[in-house]
Amino acid sequence: MDPLALTLIELGAVVFCLGLLARLAGRIGMSPIPLYLVGGLAFGAGGLIKLDGMHEFAHLSGEIGVILLLLMLGLEYTAAELVTGLRRSWQAGVLDLILNFLPGAGIAVLLGWGLVGAIVMGGVTYISSSGIAAKVITDLGRIGNRETPVVLAILVFEDLTMAIYLPILTAILAGVGFLGGLQTVGIALAVVTLVLVVALKHGHRVSQAVHSENSEVFLLNLLGAALLVAGIASALQVSAAVGAFMLGIAISGATAHNATRILEPLRDLFAAIFFVAFGLNTDPSTIPPVLGWALLLAFVTAVTKLLTGFWAAKRAGIAVPGRFRAGAALIARGEFSIVIAGLAVTSGAVPRDLAALATAYVLLMAIVGPLAARFVEPVVKVFRKSPRKPKASEPVASFET
Amino acid sequence: MNVDETELPGLGVRKDFITASGRRIGVVEMREGETELFVSTWDDPDTCQASIPLTADEAAALGNLLGGQHIAMRLAEAHKEIPGIVTRQFSITADSPFTNQPMGKAQIRTRSGVSIVAIMREGEVVPSPAPDVVLHTGDLLVAVGTQEGLDSAAAILRNG
Repeated sequence: MDPLALTLIELGAVVFCLGLLARLAGRIGMSPIPLYLVGGLAFGAGGLIKLDGMHEFAHLSGEIGVILLLLMLGLEYTAAELVTGLRRSWQAGVLDLILNFLPGAGIAVLLGWGLVGAIVMGGVTYISSSGIAAKVITDLGRIGNRETPVVLAILVFEDLTMAIYLPILTAILAGVGFLGGLQTVGIALAVVTLVLVVALKHGHRVSQAVHSENSEVFLLNLLGAALLVAGIASALQVSAAVGAFMLGIAISGATAHNATRILEPLRDLFAAIFFVAFGLNTDPSTIPPVLGWALLLAFVTAVTKLLTGFWAAKRAGIAVPGRFRAGAALIARGEFSIVIAGLAVTSGAVPRDLAALATAYVLLMAIVGPLAARFVEPVVKVFRKSPRKPKASEPVASFET
Repeated sequence: MNVDETELPGLGVRKDFITASGRRIGVVEMREGETELFVSTWDDPDTCQASIPLTADEAAALGNLLGGQHIAMRLAEAHKEIPGIVTRQFSITADSPFTNQPMGKAQIRTRSGVSIVAIMREGEVVPSPAPDVVLHTGDLLVAVGTQEGLDSAAAILRNG
């Protein structure tokens, strides 16, 4: 068959299947990410059907998917929100980093993947899925809850940490030495600070530069700017994704809202292809050997996230049920864990098993996270009620005023 | 009244307060322009019993209902000393003949002797509206007059 025809047929079939999977995910109320990953596993190396024609396209589209994911993440926050979030929640953020980075890093060391593997796996287990968390908060009607700002502040901190972490990761994966690494960290910190300052003072100018009333012009401006900035960032070894993230932060106000609306369908398409591309590169037969580790890691990091949220909510003066809700909302891992694992696997600096472990881990956490968020409340209620039973005579309306 | 304002990064701004009965009640003004109305449960002020998404129009209508009641009560209080004077609220529905028309066109004072003392619109008060104020669907007119005058004013607003 003509290679072009083959590519089109494969691509069409895959995208169509993704549509079906997304619909299924919507029907049962879960995140589509694990289903996309499973789809990728089924089509890729060692899967049910082997698709070779679309490999090149899937690879480039996946890269664009990452850029769009990070760009939209940046668009979600204004620089002012990031700065106040950082100021208010850095203690919780640091605790979050320590508690959730170490389990992943530890397992990588245990499995003999070295320092690079440890830094990658630490990132995978550290970063919560802000997409899943935001959806859980909205779906469960918790927008007005008091613990919600606490959860969001931690997510903001994590996303900013990503802006420092990704350039470091990129440098380490490229195999630069300690000094080169320090240099990259320096550049990354300088760039992040510079962009925050520019966004705070001149955000409207950046917005003006890409803004247009014509949605076609606007889309092309945005996408062009994002790819350009990502490309330049990549050339400077600051990680393409972080370039896009910083651009998203610099764009603010009404322009940011319109940009979100216009980019959403593109992001959905390319991000879906990114997840599939990641699955394509993972041989399903490598998953069963690491499944035990994935389960252990899932359990440990679910507990550590719960502790993080519990502690942060307690500091904010929130009662016990709210503390558990805050912790459970953070459990889900998703898109950014795969972004990190994807970077590592593409660079070839880590063993193939890492991709398998990351896939299995994200599969588990993307499913467990929303479930935990939903069921933590009734579970806590049952546990809290039983010791209080003897006091049934106390007045029912014992709330504080 | 002490209203707390809390930033919700990526979502919007939450504004709420604790009622005398111990419930937390408030709104989240979402970035995209919708409003989420919520009220806490009685036993845990951290969580919400109900969280109701409202469109901009619905939020404005609800604001008018709540604010209009307040104004009408205050006016009624002020007019208690004068026998025969009553305060009443009229809402402008989409099918009213004076929707998108200046209020003066209805000639309410000339025809019924009733005074429109305020218009509640999108949660805000337009006090002593001039005849050239254009009426919109969802506006709440606060009217003062006699019982009969108010009846005929209602008829004017409904039927023209």
